[in-house]
Parts: sequence; structure tokens; C-alpha cells
Amino acid sequence: MRIVLDIWRQRGPRDPGRFVRYEVPDVSEHMSFLEMLDVLNVGLVERGDDPVAFDSDCREGICGMCGFLVNGDPHGPTHHATICQTHMRHFADGDTLRLEPWRAAAFPVIKDLVVDRSAFDRIIAAGGYVTIRTGSAPEANAILVPKTDADRAMEAAACIGCGACVAACPNASAALFTGAKISHLGLLPQGQPERARRAVTMAVQAREEGFGHCTSIGECAAVCPASIQLEVIARMNRDFVKATLTGRDEAAPVAVFPRRGPAGGGG
Amino acid sequence: MATEARPEQPPARASRLGLLWESAIGKKALMAATGVVLFLYVFFHMLGNLQIFMGPGQLDRYARLLHASPQLLWTVRAFLLCALAIHVVAGVQLDLSAREARPVRYQELRSTHSSTASRTMIWSGLLILAFVVYHLLDLTVGVANPGFREGEVYHNVLVTFGRGVGVLAYVVAMVALGFHLWHGVWSLFQSLGLSSRRVTPGLQRFAAAVAVILTLGFSSIPMAVLIGILRP
Ligand code: HEM
Ligand code: FES
Repeated sequence: MRIVLDIWRQRGPRDPGRFVRYEVPDVSEHMSFLEMLDVLNVGLVERGDDPVAFDSDCREGICGMCGFLVNGDPHGPTHHATICQTHMRHFADGDTLRLEPWRAAAFPVIKDLVVDRSAFDRIIAAGGYVTIRTGSAPEANAILVPKTDADRAMEAAACIGCGACVAACPNASAALFTGAKISHLGLLPQGQPERARRAVTMAVQAREEGFGHCTSIGECAAVCPASIQLEVIARMNRDFVKATLTGRDEAAPVAVFPRRGPAGGGG
Repeated sequence: MATEARPEQPPARASRLGLLWESAIGKKALMAATGVVLFLYVFFHMLGNLQIFMGPGQLDRYARLLHASPQLLWTVRAFLLCALAIHVVAGVQLDLSAREARPVRYQELRSTHSSTASRTMIWSGLLILAFVVYHLLDLTVGVANPGFREGEVYHNVLVTFGRGVGVLAYVVAMVALGFHLWHGVWSLFQSLGLSSRRVTPGLQRFAAAVAVILTLGFSSIPMAVLIGILRP
């Protein structure tokens, strides 16, 4: 099959960027979407052109590296799957596909379809951890976890941090991501000591990174490849409001990592 | 315990509500709380208004009852005005910051799941705000009403709805209110952390139902005047 691509090309963070049209004439329907881009890039390299930059690692939907919009759909037309899991059989011969990077102030474009998602790492570092008892390993079954809590925590832990939720949100909010991380730790007994603090520090960090707020629109959960549920946001909101109204801290919460300067470095 | 590096002054302690106001999640919680207040007000306002179908005497008596105690009246008015101010300022601030969160627009972003109501909350909200100003000038202060008579509510309402623009303004505003509540009444449970996958479908049905009831309930009055069921 023949596929026409309108791909966002941007040489670097400062380049304004533009769409460039390419044609891939001999696509097999068994190729994954990223393999199709590999074929395109081989052709570009042979011609001496700059290959299209896109992120990928595992190519089986578990690492969260890949992701861009295909005709306005984060991760393409098959919802609840990443773009690396999407095969060309979902498209028709002669289709024109527009590939656009995630767009958010907190996700600056590095090159072409690659964006900098280190804001997510800083949100995790701000509170996505639990304290543990060092020393000899405890008895594995000493802490009892209700089955539903274990299930809900596992579901939330399925988040691969790809950023599609931010990309799909009209407010560029990271609420689904942050809510998933807060839920996955806050639902388990091991996560209780930091539960209140975690909700505050992670949410404050998300704000500091420049993500928008949540309007409960629900586009995030609709495109999430890990099927994270909207209720993780409610759980985050509950923990946050409770911690703010009853917390013992004297000082107002501040971001763990202050916002990066206008030059994009430092901080 | 204290070391020499410790500053003398303890860090400034913002009030708890102030802390809520400073964060995005807290601001949404305050929007939800004020949204509940405004929603309850609007609901009982509709029930009060529907007494117009029981005749001019009943409606004007009800109006006198509301004005029986100026202290109570102004307390309630001040309370509602504060709730509205908090709601509006928070809504505008959050909307502006959301615009900043995506400085480069998409060429194309497909909405796969969401309702139009959820994506247009700021516009339905601003329409309601404009309407509230007009409404107060029309039926409370009276300067926007061509035949205003103090205390004669039935008469004033019929003057307003005797004109096409009056009917249009009220019906359009009530449709905007319906849109706002269609999404807002379930979203507020999400903002307060009270929703879950078990109760969310029920909350969404409830929100849709109250939105329809309020829009039809309020709009029934201008419609009734238009088709001549209510006469001067
Ligand atoms: C009778 C008047 C009103 C009622 C009953 C009402 C009710 C609500 C409710 C229940 C919500 C949901 C809150 C949440 O998601 O937590 C909401 C959201 C919102 N309201 Fe209102 N509202 C009213 C007037 C207004 C006005 C005058 C504005 C003017 C700007 C406004 C702007 C907004 C906005 C922008 C949101 C969405 C906030 C977000 O981004 O999530 N509302 N409203
Ligand atoms: S490359 Fe790992 S999830 Fe797509």
C-alpha cells in the first residue's frame, strides 16, 4: 500500500517547524507504524536527507517512549494502544496521515516528533516514592492488602508515562498521569506514610512544570494506552484537598524543582 | 534542635483556604463548592419562579415574603455574590493558565470522547455572567425594563417577555446554563474527589437530568408568555 505522510519537521527547540510531505510507496499492512517510519527513514538517509526523529524503545507498548498524533489522534486511531502497537492494516491504501508531536508548554519539542518529557520525571521525583524499612527482608505476607485495593493499585501502576493524556487534554493537564502515580502508591499500605504529602508535592510540581488544570473533560482516559481510569484524578483531588485542609506543615508547599528558566536550561 | 542557620521568623502561614486558592486543584475544589451553592440557588429560584403559573397574586406574595426581612435578604445576596465572585475569578484564571499550558496549537486535535459542554465551560459561564448582569438590571433594579414597577413582579416579568429580545435573551441564557450544568454538576464530584467508576455513570445521568429540568423549567415562563398562556 501507498501512504502519504505530512510530518512535523523541526530542527531543534528554537526552529519554528513546519509540516513536510513524504510518500512511502511500498508499505506492507503487516508493518507496525514505526516500522513504516523506519522504511521512510532508510529512504531519507539514502538520499542524504535528515531522517525523521521519533522516540521508541520497546516497540511493544510497555516502555512509554513512543507517541505522536496521527491525524489528530494521540497514538493513532486504535485507542488503548500505543503507536508502536498500531499496525498499518488500520490504514487504507492512499491514506494521507498527519504526524504531529505532543504539544504542551511542559513538553518542549526537541526535534521533529520527539518532545522532552522530563517534566514527568520531576513530578515522580517530587513524591512518587515510598519509605521502606531497611534491614532483613520482612515476611512477604505480613502486610495484608484487600484484593480490590491491590487491583486498583495495579491498574494505576500500568501507566507507562507516555504523555498521551497531556497531548489529548485541551488544557494540557497532567492530571491523569499524576493521579495514576498518586493512586498507585496511595492505595497500598506501604504508601500511607507519605500519602498526604505526596499528593501535595506531586500536584504542586505538576503545576510548576506548566501543565494545565483538570476540567474533567475525559479525553485523557479515552486515549490512554494503559486504560487508566478518570477516577484516579478524583482520588488525587481528594488526597490533595484533605492534605491541604488538615496538613500539619507550617510552610506553604513549594515545588521541589523550580521551573526551568526561559533559556530552557538550569534549575 | 535549632541550628544557627535557622531563620528567626517561622515561615509565613497562609490560611488553609488561601492554600487551596493558590493551587489549581484547590481552586477547582473551591469552584466546585461555589458551584454547589449557585446550583442550589438556581434550583430554588426556578421553583419560586414557577409560582407564576398560580397567578399574579401568588407570585407577588412570594416576592413580598422574600423581601420581608431586609437583613436576611442582604445576607443571602452578599453570600451569593461572594460565591459567584470566587467562581468567576477562579474560572477565568484557570482558563487563562490552561491557554498558557499549550502555547503552540495543534494543526488538528480530534475529540474522541468528550462532550461539547465540557469543552465550552468558560463560554457558557461568561454567557451566564452577562445574563446575570442584564437580569438584575431588568427585574431587580429595573433600569433595563421599559415598564418597571417596584414590587409588581408579575407585571415586570410580562413586560420583559412581551418583547422578542427579552424572550430570546432569557432562553439563550437558560440553554447556556443547561450546558454549564450538564458537565458542571458531575465534574464537581470529580473535583471534590467524590466520584469513582461505580458512581460516575449515575452522577452523569443526574447532571444531565438537572440540566434539562432547569433549562425547561426556566424557559417555560417566557414560552408561556409568548404563546399567550400567561397574560398581563
Ligand atoms: C448560576 C451560575 C453558575 C453555576 C450554578 C455554576 C456551576 C458550575 C459548576 C457546578 C461547575 C463545575 C465545577 C467543577 O468542575 O468542580 C462549574 C464550572 C465552571 N464554571 Fe460555573 N457556574 C455558574 C456560573 C458561572 C459563571 C458566571 C462563570 C463565568 C466565568 C462560570 C465559569 C465556569 C468555568 C470556567 C467552569 C469550568 C472550570 C474548569 O475549567 O474546570 N460559571 N460551574
Ligand atoms: S516504544 Fe515502548 S511503548 Fe511504544
